[in-house]
Amino acid sequence: MSIAKNPAHAAEITTDVDLRSGGKSSVLAGTSVRALSPRERLMRSVNSGLLTFVVVVISLLWSVPTFGLFISSFRPADAIHASGWWNSLLPPWHFTIENYQHVLQTQDFGTAFINSMIISIPGTLLPVLVAAFAAYAFAWMKFPGRDWIFLAIVTLLVVPVQMTLIPIFQILTNVGLTGSFLGIWLAHTAYGLPFAVYLLRSFFGALPSDLMESARIDGASHLRIFFSILLPLAVPSLASLVIFQFMWVWNDLLVALVLLGGAPEHAPMTVAIANLVNSFGTNYEVLTSAAFISMALPLVIFFSLQRYFVRGILAGSVKG
Amino acid sequence: MAISTTRAPSTESKTPFFGSKSRDKLIAWLWIGPAVAFVVVFLLYPVFDTLRTSFLNFDSSQFVGLDNFRHIFTDRSMLIVLRNNLLWLALGTALTVALGLLIAVLVDRVRIESFAKAAIFIPMAISFVGAGVIWKFVYDYAASGQQIGLFNAIVTRFGFAPQAWLVNGGNNIALIVVYVWMWTGFCMVILSAALKGVPTDILEAARVDGASEVAIFFRIIVPMISPTIAVVATTMIINLLKIFDVVYVMTGGNYNTNVIAVEFYNQLLNFNDNGISSALAVVLLLAIVPVMIFNIRRFRAQEATR
Repeated sequence: MSIAKNPAHAAEITTDVDLRSGGKSSVLAGTSVRALSPRERLMRSVNSGLLTFVVVVISLLWSVPTFGLFISSFRPADAIHASGWWNSLLPPWHFTIENYQHVLQTQDFGTAFINSMIISIPGTLLPVLVAAFAAYAFAWMKFPGRDWIFLAIVTLLVVPVQMTLIPIFQILTNVGLTGSFLGIWLAHTAYGLPFAVYLLRSFFGALPSDLMESARIDGASHLRIFFSILLPLAVPSLASLVIFQFMWVWNDLLVALVLLGGAPEHAPMTVAIANLVNSFGTNYEVLTSAAFISMALPLVIFFSLQRYFVRGILAGSVKG
Repeated sequence: MAISTTRAPSTESKTPFFGSKSRDKLIAWLWIGPAVAFVVVFLLYPVFDTLRTSFLNFDSSQFVGLDNFRHIFTDRSMLIVLRNNLLWLALGTALTVALGLLIAVLVDRVRIESFAKAAIFIPMAISFVGAGVIWKFVYDYAASGQQIGLFNAIVTRFGFAPQAWLVNGGNNIALIVVYVWMWTGFCMVILSAALKGVPTDILEAARVDGASEVAIFFRIIVPMISPTIAVVATTMIINLLKIFDVVYVMTGGNYNTNVIAVEFYNQLLNFNDNGISSALAVVLLLAIVPVMIFNIRRFRAQEATR
């Protein structure tokens, strides 16, 4: 009975307790525990085997598209077009990294990768910093209009990007910042702020108020409390926010298309790949490796910081 | 000193000329100032400016009243755009939430839960552009001979003719599948957390009373996690209304797959019509207003229990 060994398994908890207490009467008081006949036990283990099988099939189905792209990116160009990627799984194997070399050198994807970094790192740190200051004030200071201002910012969370792009483009044009990194940093800061303020305020607000009050009584300034008490405590929350914002900026296409459209030398990976798709059609040896280069960083972040990623998803709600 | 009433204790003894309150107010504004400035300049002002532009002609030189909106709701190709958005909204929301819930229930009962969750969740980390490339490859079509796209390889293996998935009648659904592939993991993670919050004794009591697993699911689990389902569904609705990247990368809005956000982009950058593109953005905003109200209510309810 494989399933009953998992203590976290909620639905089958009766069986679970039953087995752990050696099949004797359960410690759980009340009516819910009854002995299982051998037939019932067999049915349950068959069911759980079937269930595991279904889950494995779903997981595989979900992974196949990405896996196919990954395999293809290492196949020689003529092979990609001659046969399906699944054929290359059988010997004789013939894989190569020349697609990656080609993309990085001749298609100038190295520059696009660096552009993505230049856009994403300040585009993440700036909004998180600005939001952290604001969230501290919203959570721990009293001033007139506090709740209304906060509510207004939260409301802007769901405003579609499209609603703001044209005026932002015009503002940036007026000050000569279209096509510049500074312009897109400012835009991403504004887009990220409502979510960041919302998330950080709820994290900060959940910290014990005694801590702040005793620090105030001891004469600590707000700045001191913020940097030496709050930020160290909030590292996990900040981590999940940073991951979120980074992914959002890194994966963004529309904002970059509009605000950097006139400056191909500043184009990030997403814009470069979208252009490749449109101009090359089905030039898969370039597309597959380029797409994989753009996915590499988010995937590494996802696997190494999965805990924070999920935490951020659960804590936040809606991003506009 | 009223420490208990003001969280930030006053420092009036050191600042005789300032009332403590006005000083606190000033300090608070220094802290929220940058955020408020960003929001006002880059979000609030643009919203009102776009509203204004939506009543003006293509280069904003003339007031045209509701003409832009009339065009959106009467022009043939625009109606296709709106129809497609409705299809995205209905199918995309239903499929991601239903599949997310189903998978959450399934993985909750197996030992490989974390492995399965990771596999389904990974596409979330990929950009829509990356996903677009992945699925363009899956949907690849060759009129004859070797099929290098997975779908057509399967279809032809069973003796059917290969399909141009992104061009023929079902192409909108082919695009929606990509979105569902990406976002089901998101729904699953949130719904799975809610499922774990359903008290075990209630479920066990229902089982003892002879309720079937299906009845337990629909009559106990679903009602109990319905607030979370609502949150997930509204997130999907907001996402789907603005859907852009998938369509832009995979079909460019051709072959009757155009949606509001792609048409917004075309009107803005290809046709240089600020009036129509602003009006399209306003349509998106109006569609989101009910969600906004729902969010504010939910937020207030949360605050009340804080």
